[in-house]
Amino acid sequence: MDIAAELLAGSRLALSRAITAVENEYDEATAIMQQLYPHTGQAYVIGVTGPPGAGKSTLTDKLVKVYRRQGKTVGIIAVDPTSPFSGGAILGDRIRMNELTLDEGVFIRSMGTRGSLGGLSRKTADVVKIMDAAGKDVIFVETVGVGQSEVDIVKAADTTVVVLVPGLGDDIQAIKAGILEIGDVFAINKADREGAERLKAELNMMLDLDQAKSAWRPSIRQTVANAGQGIEELVATIDEHAAFLGTSGELVRRRTARARNELIALIEEQISHRILKDIAASGQLDALAAALAERREDPYAIVKRLLAAYLR
Amino acid sequence: MERHIRVLVAKPGLDGHDRGAKVVARALRDAGFEVIYTGLRQTPEQITEAALQEDVNVVALSLLSGAHNTLFPKVVNMVRGKGMNDVLVIGGGVIPDADIPGLKEAGVAAVFTPGTPTASIIDFIKANVK
Ligand SMILES: Nc1nc2c(ncn2[C@@H]2O[C@H](COP(=O)(O)OP(=O)(O)OP(=O)(O)O)[C@@H](O)[C@H]2O)c(=O)[nH]1
Ligand SMILES: [Mg+2]
Repeated sequence: MDIAAELLAGSRLALSRAITAVENEYDEATAIMQQLYPHTGQAYVIGVTGPPGAGKSTLTDKLVKVYRRQGKTVGIIAVDPTSPFSGGAILGDRIRMNELTLDEGVFIRSMGTRGSLGGLSRKTADVVKIMDAAGKDVIFVETVGVGQSEVDIVKAADTTVVVLVPGLGDDIQAIKAGILEIGDVFAINKADREGAERLKAELNMMLDLDQAKSAWRPSIRQTVANAGQGIEELVATIDEHAAFLGTSGELVRRRTARARNELIALIEEQISHRILKDIAASGQLDALAAALAERREDPYAIVKRLLAAYLR
Repeated sequence: MERHIRVLVAKPGLDGHDRGAKVVARALRDAGFEVIYTGLRQTPEQITEAALQEDVNVVALSLLSGAHNTLFPKVVNMVRGKGMNDVLVIGGGVIPDADIPGLKEAGVAAVFTPGTPTASIIDFIKANVK
């Protein structure tokens, strides 16, 4: 079947198969992406990140229902960690979103990180594009439960929502290095618990110190996701941020930066693929490795030679 | 190109706990599969739609009591009806021997009764996923 054409005609099965093709790097993946690319750039991408168990999936479920009431179609990409030992994964975010399963205006796809360390999988950005081409108005990307360094979501999302919870002790100090810097909007979830006000005050203080950096002062909302409290307010805040990005020109700047990063990644990937595939298949790679181990050659000269041969 | 086998583990029907399904889910993960776990009380419609969105190779149904003779074949039919022709539907739970031939006839690829080592489920999946 012509996956891209069927996807563009509205087939959910084709959408699903396109994601698999790209995620597994099947031979037809590049052709599919190329056919879909002209149809991308329409969707608004919302990242949802935060520590493990903060309520990211529950919150996403509730946010999506608000956008659905507004008549918008939604794609959800939910990333969970792949075990470095077995290569397997339990992808359990869907369990919080079961009520959305039968809504034809929603498409949920779970992904394992498959070795990526930034909180997403290497193919997440492509899956965003695929859902975008399929006509989803809003795309949610839920990251794995993060510590401080898994911040790839900023590169993929228009608005990044950082979900925090009270009661993790000195956590705010621990996380400030990483995920506090990437939040456009903060949700203090589980606000039914002790300490939500104090966390909000601390967060406000830290954001004030950070103020100089941007014209947008990140907003903080309190939510109780499982009870559906604070959700409309959070949506309003996300929409405010989206409006700010639009009027300030920041959206264009962010998307240009994203396109640039993606182009660089694609160049690196394709060039290294092309050379590596070739020299691995011909046995050259093993021979060169042996030569290096015996110090008969130096790697810099080898790479120079390879580039000269391949980039003519 | 790496091969990643994806398995939806679902519990249709109304029975109350999912200990068994979780044990299976963990064993499948440890065997290197990507396991999409959808939790309790899923309808055949929900299971089928989740299988489609997740593009799984296997739908593993776990059912403690009762309705396997209607629910398992229903899932098989709905999955095929959505064009997922290669997806293996397998079932586990307290299922009388006498019911197994009928389930296989209906398109259930394999039936695992309590006490089956998880290794045989894993071997079956590895051997039969296209
Ligand atoms: N008390 C309370 N519990 C909540 C709230 N929001 C979510 N929960 C519960 O917290 C648990 C974890 O919620 P999830 O939505 O799975 O959290 P998550 O951040 O997606 O978890 P990972 O994806 O595993 O990192 C569930 O049992 C939820 O029901 C809340 O506002 N208050
Ligand atoms: Mg989650």
